[in-house]
Amino acid sequence: MDITSLTIHELSERLKKKELSSVGLTKEFLARMESVEPKIHSFITVTANDALEAARHADKRLAGGKDITPLTGVPISVKDIFCTKGVKTTCASKILADFVPPYDSTVVRRLKDAGAVILGKVNMDEFAMGSSTENSALFKTLNPWDTSRVPGGSSGGSAASVAAGECAASVGTDTGGSIRQPASCCGVVGLKPTYGRVSRYGMIAFASSLDQGGPFTKDVRDSAIMLNAMAGHDPRDSTSIDAPVPDYASFLGKGVKGLKVGIPKEYFIEGMDKDVEAAVRGALEVLKKEGAELVPITLPHTEYAVAVYYLVATAEASSNLARYDGVKYGLRVNETGSLMDMYKRTRDAGFGGEVKRRIMLGTYSLSAGYYDAYYKKASQVRTLIKNDFDSAFRKCDVIATPTAPTAAFKLGEKVADPLTMYLSDIFTISCNLAGIPGISIPCGFTKDGLPIGLQLLGKDLDEGTVLKAAYSYEQATDWHKQRPRL
Amino acid sequence: MPITKKDVLHVADLARLALTDTEIDLYTGQLQRILSYVEKLSELDTKGIEPTTYTVPLMTVFREDETRPSLPREEALGNAPEEEKGCFKVPKIIE
Amino acid sequence: MKYEAVIGLEVHAQLLTGSKLFCGCSTKFGSEPNTQVCPVCLGMPGVLPVLNRKAVEFAVKMALAVGCRINPRSVFARKNYFYPDLPKGYQISQYSEPLAEHGHLDIDVDNTTKKIGITRVHMEEDAGKLLHGEGPEDANYSFVDLNRTGVPLIEIVSEPDMRTSDEAQAYLKALRDILVYLEICSGNMEEGSFRCDANVSIRPIGAEKLGTKAELKNMNSFKFVKEAIDYEIQRQIDVVDGGGKVVQETRLFDSARGVTASMRSKEEAHDYRYFPEPDLLPLIVEDRLVDKLRNEMPELPRAKRERFAGEYGIPEYDAGVLTASRALADYYEATVKATGEPKVSSNWVMGEVLRLLKEGSGDVKDCPVSPQSLAGLIKAVKDGVVSGKTAKEVFEEMYRTSQPAEEIIKAKGLVQISNEDELARIIDDIIKANPDNLERYRAGKTQLLGFFVGEAMKATKGKANPQVINKLLKEKLG
Repeated sequence: MDITSLTIHELSERLKKKELSSVGLTKEFLARMESVEPKIHSFITVTANDALEAARHADKRLAGGKDITPLTGVPISVKDIFCTKGVKTTCASKILADFVPPYDSTVVRRLKDAGAVILGKVNMDEFAMGSSTENSALFKTLNPWDTSRVPGGSSGGSAASVAAGECAASVGTDTGGSIRQPASCCGVVGLKPTYGRVSRYGMIAFASSLDQGGPFTKDVRDSAIMLNAMAGHDPRDSTSIDAPVPDYASFLGKGVKGLKVGIPKEYFIEGMDKDVEAAVRGALEVLKKEGAELVPITLPHTEYAVAVYYLVATAEASSNLARYDGVKYGLRVNETGSLMDMYKRTRDAGFGGEVKRRIMLGTYSLSAGYYDAYYKKASQVRTLIKNDFDSAFRKCDVIATPTAPTAAFKLGEKVADPLTMYLSDIFTISCNLAGIPGISIPCGFTKDGLPIGLQLLGKDLDEGTVLKAAYSYEQATDWHKQRPRL
Repeated sequence: MPITKKDVLHVADLARLALTDTEIDLYTGQLQRILSYVEKLSELDTKGIEPTTYTVPLMTVFREDETRPSLPREEALGNAPEEEKGCFKVPKIIE
Repeated sequence: MKYEAVIGLEVHAQLLTGSKLFCGCSTKFGSEPNTQVCPVCLGMPGVLPVLNRKAVEFAVKMALAVGCRINPRSVFARKNYFYPDLPKGYQISQYSEPLAEHGHLDIDVDNTTKKIGITRVHMEEDAGKLLHGEGPEDANYSFVDLNRTGVPLIEIVSEPDMRTSDEAQAYLKALRDILVYLEICSGNMEEGSFRCDANVSIRPIGAEKLGTKAELKNMNSFKFVKEAIDYEIQRQIDVVDGGGKVVQETRLFDSARGVTASMRSKEEAHDYRYFPEPDLLPLIVEDRLVDKLRNEMPELPRAKRERFAGEYGIPEYDAGVLTASRALADYYEATVKATGEPKVSSNWVMGEVLRLLKEGSGDVKDCPVSPQSLAGLIKAVKDGVVSGKTAKEVFEEMYRTSQPAEEIIKAKGLVQISNEDELARIIDDIIKANPDNLERYRAGKTQLLGFFVGEAMKATKGKANPQVINKLLKEKLG
């Protein structure tokens, strides 16, 4: 059996029993990477030496038997949006191609503290803007299940690296579905926690009021383990919630008897992909059989979510990306010696098409005379969307939907038409607008053998219940045990 | 609200992007399409509805007024495209 | 046509916190470039701001001092523009929901009191500094120092209630005095910790409608503020009288030439695209905090001045001088408390104390003579131990050596001779030695009294008590 296909909790058991060493395990993953990376292209930067050093340190910790967490000695990958001290952090953009942060993001620091071994930094859509990882300025990442298809995005490198067994788990970010949608596309578990549950410090901002970091794992238990390490108040992030962090693993195995699962009619629409619909409806039946009660609910403003999202996210992005100006770090193009020219050429050369398009849209919607019609209006509709969830959660404990309207699409299929690409986020966006937690777990395959994701959404800070329901479903099925053949 | 080429140029200027003519045409069309799509928001009456910017419980987070070590200057300037005299060097600013 | 000027001021005051508004870097002035920076104030990718509590408290204090209503909820906003001294490409400020609004400040010009409205007080972060290349090899470059980036500022915006440069200056001085009294700003205009922009327009006298305004910048002293405004008013009058129109623009004051000049490069596209700062939750200022800060408020300059004049019965002028700083006022009050002599104490503090201080730092905190020590000297004069004239010498010695008055008086043998028998003997000798002058005095030339007093002083090396001498001479010369 290939140990690179194991989960965190399986690896951790073996590490604790000394059946494995972290150094040995790390070398296994590096070897696996060497063999599959030419097909998948997940990694932007591989930090083999640092990883082996961390593994040696973890082995000492394991030998000492003290201060061991389920992540101690376990190799993971990190989306190249999280700053890593002394290690290039590019955000898959030319403008940051050589940027080496002098600080760690809080998420990375916490994972390091827990003893995780970071193998390297993985690919993504540039500045997390995209749903296919095709917007990486560096290279495209391919879907391990079908290399003619995208891995989803923006955290495509995270999803692909976990699915391909290049690491035990990964961390990504989710602004409008960027964890859940690629998790769905690659047949892994992707969790977006409640906004504020995981610190954003050192996580390069796309849309500050929506961005949230979260884990990619091979199963739900691993998701709980990763969240345990990542979650919690951070005094460096004013929007991080100062609430106690429960042991998320303690929610697992409690079953779903009596749990009310809301089924929003707006998410099961005419003309949706038949395989996706069948798989998700099948999943609902499983939950019912496990003792859950299915409750029809309505989220009436769902159809406005994409419009709200693309106004709010781009406005914030246009401001967040103003710092890339060729002055303090990153690319500079200075041909004429004029400041204005330097700004414009640097930014023109440094940003890719999608990033520029979103900066343009965001700048336009904030500019004089349009603020009320666009940004403010969108923020008001955001309130309505949030209210929809508040009402819905009075009738149910979690909400179940498809994660994406289709399985992974072909490379290049949606590149030409931004709006169509945007609409592929239709089921994931509302969750970010409302700030609530959501998870995508494997729930079947299309006729072509592509993974399909079931999305479960929960109340604010109620990741526990989301994980409980997800685990119950997962344990009743075998989907999470499938691995792509590479 | 139809978006014109002139609008796109103005916005590119505000955003400090040097767009080519092809890009200008492309973005004019694409932004137009996206903006027509978001027009659907005007179907909703939002009079008197508070805008949402923050989804977390509202409470002000403070830090105490304590100084912490700054970065060593080499690190502060370490990623600078050009530096001199301990400063970030930029094309002359004409006032 | 006759015109009146309409002037509103926007004042930026750096707050005297130890650390910056959103990070822990020091706010110290004058350090080597880029040595007080960290990822947060450098605007590196992924960093986030966390608000300095003390900065908020300082801002609330100022807002209370100028009678503003504190908004229980205010919102930070991003002001977006590109400039090399602004690392994030936006300044975190407050816009549609500022910290405080609707205040006012009373100023005194030409013996009348005028109320100047204060529109708002809000918080924001300072930008960095640009140094321009000087040598020929640097001529095409500017250099960015980000030490100042993120230093907390409050912006105090006035209503366009001022009509003359004198009013503007008085308003500015009053604001600065309050900031310094509250110990929340150094008030140093040269170092830029207290900065002022002026919006100036003119309109025909009697007109309601405001004229087009020019925004004046770069006035780093009270004198320059006055000069710039006076120049600008006249310039606008000339433009209008010449048939032209004033254009809305930013103008820089050139102190060398005493003129304002248009600053066109910053004119393009004033479109700051403000929106709420998503990285900072709204600032909630609870009543409890406001009450606490209100209770901690020191007596402000104007109130103190009025109290000094009333309570101590000293002239308005004295009260003004003595309340110029909180430390000086405290010094004076401590002196009065120890002497019970408000006017005499005022004379001493305004005279000798300030005179000697001005030769040094000028700061009363550095005064080597404590109020209690000064009171000792004042008492010695009152009790006739030393003469007023000698006392000034004694004070200089006290200032130099920090010794108490009594010791100096004793050591130097400066005790005044008031003993009548002793003085009578001396006077007898003088009269005996000057029979001519005695005769002339008695013949009516009474001005010669001065001669005898002088001789008595000479004989006692100035230590004779002048009152006693006068009395004895009058008796004996009879």
